Amino acid sequence: MKTRNNKAWFLVLPVILVVSFTALIPLMTVANYALQDVFSPDNRLFVGMKWFYDITNDPLIIDAFQRSFQFSIQALLIQIPLGIAIARIMPKSGWKASAALVAVSIPLIIPFNVIGSTWLIFSRKDIGLGGFLLNKLFDFDFTSDPKDGWGLILAVDVWHWTPLVVLLVYAGLRSIPQAYYQAAAIDGASSFAVFRYVELPKLRRVLLIALLLRFMDSFMIYTEPFVITGGGPGDATTFASILLTNIAVGQFDVGRAGAYSLIFFLLIQIMSFIFYTVLTLQDREEETKTK
Amino acid sequence: MSKSQTLVKGAFSPQKKKRSLPWSGTIFWLVIAIWMVPVVWLILMSVRPSVDILSNFEVIPSRFTFDGYRDFILKDMWYKAYLNSLTYSTLNTIFSVTLALPAAYAFSRFSFTGDKHLFFWLLTNRMAPAAVFLLPFYNMYNAVGLFDKTLGVAIAHMLFNVPLAVWILEGFISGIPRQVDETAAIDGYSLPKFFIKIFLPMIRSGIGVTAFFCFMFSWVELLIARTITSTDAKPISAAMTRTVSSAGTDWTLLSTAGVMTIIPGVLAIWFVRKYIAKGFALGRV
Repeated sequence: MKTRNNKAWFLVLPVILVVSFTALIPLMTVANYALQDVFSPDNRLFVGMKWFYDITNDPLIIDAFQRSFQFSIQALLIQIPLGIAIARIMPKSGWKASAALVAVSIPLIIPFNVIGSTWLIFSRKDIGLGGFLLNKLFDFDFTSDPKDGWGLILAVDVWHWTPLVVLLVYAGLRSIPQAYYQAAAIDGASSFAVFRYVELPKLRRVLLIALLLRFMDSFMIYTEPFVITGGGPGDATTFASILLTNIAVGQFDVGRAGAYSLIFFLLIQIMSFIFYTVLTLQDREEETKTK
Repeated sequence: MSKSQTLVKGAFSPQKKKRSLPWSGTIFWLVIAIWMVPVVWLILMSVRPSVDILSNFEVIPSRFTFDGYRDFILKDMWYKAYLNSLTYSTLNTIFSVTLALPAAYAFSRFSFTGDKHLFFWLLTNRMAPAAVFLLPFYNMYNAVGLFDKTLGVAIAHMLFNVPLAVWILEGFISGIPRQVDETAAIDGYSLPKFFIKIFLPMIRSGIGVTAFFCFMFSWVELLIARTITSTDAKPISAAMTRTVSSAGTDWTLLSTAGVMTIIPGVLAIWFVRKYIAKGFALGRV
């Protein structure tokens, strides 16, 4: 049982102050924008809920959110199983394990725009290896075919972020005591049974982090589609963040961007909450049992 | 590892073989080889003349150039931008971990009014889309004099790194039995003294792993860093987006800068490889 002590607030206070400065105050500024029509710093008009009404009825924006949602689901469906599979066959000790860890992490440590510009050239069918090879198989052109554009961004996201799932799952697997495996071996458990009944339960919290991080980061993907497809072809890869940045920085439409931001933020909160609640349900059941 | 443990391990080796398929190692390295293709492509681009990159498709370059690397080292815009990125990523890592440690300890050990809501609220900030914060950050950092300062970027990146650090550290701290704290208290240690002398060394692998993730997420971030800097604190990734001259993009130089950005990350992961290989399950499992 945890000790009940409200003085613990003092330990949390620095974090609260910092996050208030970096998140809460900016968010309030955004809320302030969202209620006004700003013509210039001195000339603004209170417009109430007008922007919110606009945003929620704008098919362009609704489409962008739907695209982001679909994209994150697809990214998760590929990255989580793939990440687990790779982590399970990763070398477990010696220099091979070190080399594997460094190699696996490389996509994670390359700045987003470098990844974008590398893949931009790499995927061109005339001058890039990836595009050239794909073009041998079928007519691949991410600059004109919306499906290819989508597929490419998805592939980049998988390439970029599956390593994060691998790292977390690998660390989780390595923390499982050898005795569990020995017990499973005595019972004659199959490889699948070992995974299902020994590894998966132990990986639950690591997977919770991986799932949440991956879903949310894919949902707000910006740099890669911005660099590679610019949101196209057409608006096939105009995800929620791309559209928001266009409105905020491109058109400098502060009011609309503010309302958009708040709805974006709220949506993320709701989704995090659902994920978090569902995934920690078991934790809380166990807690009440021990009480 | 004691002798008896090795014996037990040996006794179970037949089953162990059954568990990990004999060709799994080969498959793994095959996957890695495929994964590395774009990275190799990036390295190859960095030694090819920009004209060649855009005009010919070739896997093995026919002409080599090291102009990219020469320019990167000699032109002060580049190494300054590189140093800027290193500075704010490092500062951010130090700030984030230092602030997150006491908070993570509090969340792990105590229950207090509103703790669960607070924890969740922190997490949601890690999930907040950077695009939402662009406009207010630009105005705010200008107003408080943190615009175009590496310190400003370090603080701005705490938006997503502090919650992440609290999250990861809480998992590591919860993995350490509460009895440790209680024994130390009985031995007459005050909380700060116990925390620094006994507790920190015990969770150093957690600190290492957290620092790695903070550094990584700060190093690769572009959108916020670009928005709140202009010239003095310009990060390397922004320097790259702003080097389109009249002759078009210099792809050689751009790729060189790309290759250079891999190095700090590789060093960072090298430092924490043992901690990751040792494993962490993040909390009460």
